[in-house]
Amino acid sequence: MNVLLDNFPEFRDGFIGTVSITAVSSVIALVLGVLVAGLRVSPVPPLRIFGTAWVTLLRNTPLTLLFLVSFFVVPEIFFPGMSPFLLGSLALGFYTSSFVCEAVRSGINTVPLGQAEAARSIGMTFSQTLRIVVLPQATRTVIPPLSSIFIALTKNSAIAGAFSVTELFGWQKLMSDRGYAIAPVFIWVALGYLVVTFAISGLFWLVERRMEVAR
Amino acid sequence: MSGVSVTKGAEDAAPAANDLVVLSNVNKHFGALHVLQDIDLTIARGEVVVVIGPSGSGKSTLCRTINRLETIDSGAISIDGKPLPQEGRELARLRADVGMVFQSFNLFAHKTVLENVMLGQIKVRRTDKKTAEDKARSLLDRVGVATQADKYPAQLSGGQQQRVAIARALAMDPKVILFDEPTSALDPEMINEVLEVMQQLARDGMTMVVVTHEMGFARSAANRVVFMADGKIVEEATPDQFFSNPRSDRAKDFLSKILHH
Repeated sequence: MNVLLDNFPEFRDGFIGTVSITAVSSVIALVLGVLVAGLRVSPVPPLRIFGTAWVTLLRNTPLTLLFLVSFFVVPEIFFPGMSPFLLGSLALGFYTSSFVCEAVRSGINTVPLGQAEAARSIGMTFSQTLRIVVLPQATRTVIPPLSSIFIALTKNSAIAGAFSVTELFGWQKLMSDRGYAIAPVFIWVALGYLVVTFAISGLFWLVERRMEVAR
Repeated sequence: MSGVSVTKGAEDAAPAANDLVVLSNVNKHFGALHVLQDIDLTIARGEVVVVIGPSGSGKSTLCRTINRLETIDSGAISIDGKPLPQEGRELARLRADVGMVFQSFNLFAHKTVLENVMLGQIKVRRTDKKTAEDKARSLLDRVGVATQADKYPAQLSGGQQQRVAIARALAMDPKVILFDEPTSALDPEMINEVLEVMQQLARDGMTMVVVTHEMGFARSAANRVVFMADGKIVEEATPDQFFSNPRSDRAKDFLSKILHH
């Protein structure tokens, strides 16, 4: 008997769960990360301080601890009744946003200062300068580290399984509870993750190639 | 504003209403270095002021303080009667009226030549695309690079890039254009094509502040030469006066070094 074929619906649900939480928290991480990177290079000191605090706090907190906060503190104080999926996505997205922020900031720093000076001297505001001139040129440098960050995010999503989110790694626990041999179970789980991470690599490879042409 | 800085070059001893850029008692430090020391300078509408001086004399910094790319420690700068505001929307609006041409061109590397000249019009002036494109094309034509419109900056020669940069500044209909050593990064044979465009601008009555080492341009296009050394304005005179009969020893020394080969 085959552990995968016999339990395919659960495996499929887990796989879809992993893909969904990865997708949702990637979007959260990307949006927040770019936003916070903008704050960190802003000319307004309070915004810079907020950005720095954001990164310092989230990057240096163990992800499991963030999950604990997200699942046991956030619903108590802010949003009662939020689904585990959303809470998990938030924890993962916020955590990863600090890494995205730093990757984006390093990209911003590779764009020559003269580009921003030229933009400012034709009258662009800070946010226009960032959006229209600096970030598009930073993208090329940011793509390779971002791809690593999102692959790490995919694997980190396994922690959500411990917080009753349906995802791939949770399937492993289910199977071992049902008494299957552990080795084949792990191989299937690993293959499942490989599909997601290879898809991310491929996606970024495509984006990288397109950026190369555009310059 | 001290009596020394009142425009000598302008024939009509104009009242303050004609003053476009006024720097009074401007000071700036870079750490321990006092790069601008009590600078008083008034630039009248339509005037071409060339700032020359040895390296490190603060002339580029002076130029960059006028649109607040460099902040100042004390003193006041006003443009068209309005003092330079703090960083923010208001400053951005004011910068749109002050063109800037850089030594290293600083064209937007990810945009075509045409887009470079259209960008400010569309994003800052909120001009519609069609009008912006027509204007960009005619400006590119005016500076002689119309055929390069669809290329990226990196595909152009330095001289062409700098002329595009001038077109980009002109597209905003600025009240004054600041040139920060516009020809210093160019091959000798490309310097002239840029200077010609600048000379044409000067003839058309554009107000210009030009930091340069091109003495020929200073002689032929300037209404007034400002000589800086060690963070101070040492001498201000018409080009004729300055080059044939400099008053200060520092200027004599400087000219003797550069005019003899």
